[in-house]
Amino acid sequence: MRVRLLDIAHARSGDKGDTANVGVIALKPEWYPLLERHLTRECVARHFAGVIEGGVERYELPNLKALNFLLHGALDGGGTLSLKTDAQGKVYSTALLRVELDIPDDEARVAGLPAAP
Amino acid sequence: MSRVVRVAGGQGFWGDWPEAPRRQVEGGPVDYLMLDYLAEVTMSILQKQKERDPAMGYARDFVGAMESVLPAVAERGVKVIANAGGVNPEACAAAVQAMAAQAGRTGALRIGIVTGDNLLPRLDELLAGGHELRNMDTGEALSMVRDRVIAANAYIGSTPIVEALARDANVVITGRSTDTALTMAPLRHEFGWGAADWDRLAAGIIAGHIIECGAQCSGGNCLHDWRSIPDLADVGYPIVEGSADGSFVVTKHAGTGGRVSVETVTEQLVYEMGDPHAYITPDVVADFTSIQLAPDGLDRVRVFGIRGAPATDKLKVSIAYRSGYKAVGSLVYAWPDALEKAQLADRVLRERLDRLGLRFEKVLGEFVGASATHGPLAGDAGRQAPEVQYRIGVRDADKKKVERFTREIVPLVLNGPPSVTGFAGGRPKVEEIVAYWPALVDKSVVQTRVEVR
Repeated sequence: MRVRLLDIAHARSGDKGDTANVGVIALKPEWYPLLERHLTRECVARHFAGVIEGGVERYELPNLKALNFLLHGALDGGGTLSLKTDAQGKVYSTALLRVELDIPDDEARVAGLPAAP
Repeated sequence: MSRVVRVAGGQGFWGDWPEAPRRQVEGGPVDYLMLDYLAEVTMSILQKQKERDPAMGYARDFVGAMESVLPAVAERGVKVIANAGGVNPEACAAAVQAMAAQAGRTGALRIGIVTGDNLLPRLDELLAGGHELRNMDTGEALSMVRDRVIAANAYIGSTPIVEALARDANVVITGRSTDTALTMAPLRHEFGWGAADWDRLAAGIIAGHIIECGAQCSGGNCLHDWRSIPDLADVGYPIVEGSADGSFVVTKHAGTGGRVSVETVTEQLVYEMGDPHAYITPDVVADFTSIQLAPDGLDRVRVFGIRGAPATDKLKVSIAYRSGYKAVGSLVYAWPDALEKAQLADRVLRERLDRLGLRFEKVLGEFVGASATHGPLAGDAGRQAPEVQYRIGVRDADKKKVERFTREIVPLVLNGPPSVTGFAGGRPKVEEIVAYWPALVDKSVVQTRVEVR
């Protein structure tokens, strides 16, 4: 089943130098394990291919039902150097929420995930 | 009930809501008002101001904020802690004392001034002593940009603030203290936490992280269920109710707008997060994977279970250096085919720059309304946009080239694609870039000082 990340998580992003971070938080605690399984580092790196210049790192925070992604080379140098509208990576959060996940039907049904429209 | 100490966050950055400090001290009981003014680039702006006028170099907004909370400080014993001192904490304290005198409150303020973070006068001595101050991100040696450095400040921790409070200061002004120390220090002071009480220090740091961006933890910029967040016009800024065991409650004054919930606090916790296992500060290494959150009634979240590890023997140093010039300008193209017109303008402008022989270190064209923030991820929706802003910027070491670029935008209004407007600002301004160079230095070389006057 296709599931929009936007329907199962919320997010906030920020910056450190030329790296943007996006914290992705499960909308329901019981959906967090699904995020851990399916929203992999590779999946996010594919999503941002051609958008960011560096690699992607992922950290897990099961206590907060959140994953933290570091997107390197995301801000045209970052801070004062950057020419981008989003020089501080404030809206990488919703750019990441554009991800659609392919989740096995059984798993999606048990968790009560909303299907993508 | 065990004793709680209330620390209110009243500014999240230099330029935050001028109403917030007064609302925090008048809206209900608070013991401390914490005001954070410094971002990575702020110190260099303040350093430039001090070069022009030796009596400047601090966050001027702080004087107005102090004026607005003066009755609470003088009559109700609220204490204020702020990193408003920038590169000139002494001048900041003098300006606050002058304001108090004018308000007929001479003697009401006992100001603690924390200095020692400014490494600019000592930079060559440090380099000669083998402190390379390599860029933490690139590994490059500072000697590469030494002649262009305009500010260098060590991030300092809670200890000098605690000392100022112990010496009965009711206002503490620091330079480049960490944002989080401004909140942790009063908790450490009130509860007598030791310098190696890692779990409690980490809890204080995390309390600081939650409230250091003002309303960003109490409903501001909150994506979760954003339509339902009540009365943002009257948003309440956050308050930490700290307990001796390190646990605390995040809340806001009753009757204010916004929201404090597990979701709003979690969004702030992940903001600007790196490796959550090791949030390194001068005081302690905090572990964000240990944080437990629980709802505790309306607009209250309890935070507990936090663990910390011993501090490192280094301090981070924030170095600012001149790094060329940039300019960004824009035009607005209207329906029909707004995006296509803006894209043609981009091609025309680039070709003209090319024919002028102007090459830049970087040229970036964006189409606001179509793809500026999400790039190709935004898909095709922008093709139907009723208008698109064409935004073009260049960056280069050569100021003359950047100046020449600024004259190429407005002519497009008459000699480029049609249906164009939004050029009232005329030529964009050329800005000098002050870039950021993060480094580490041995703790032993930085001596902080506290003066109470």
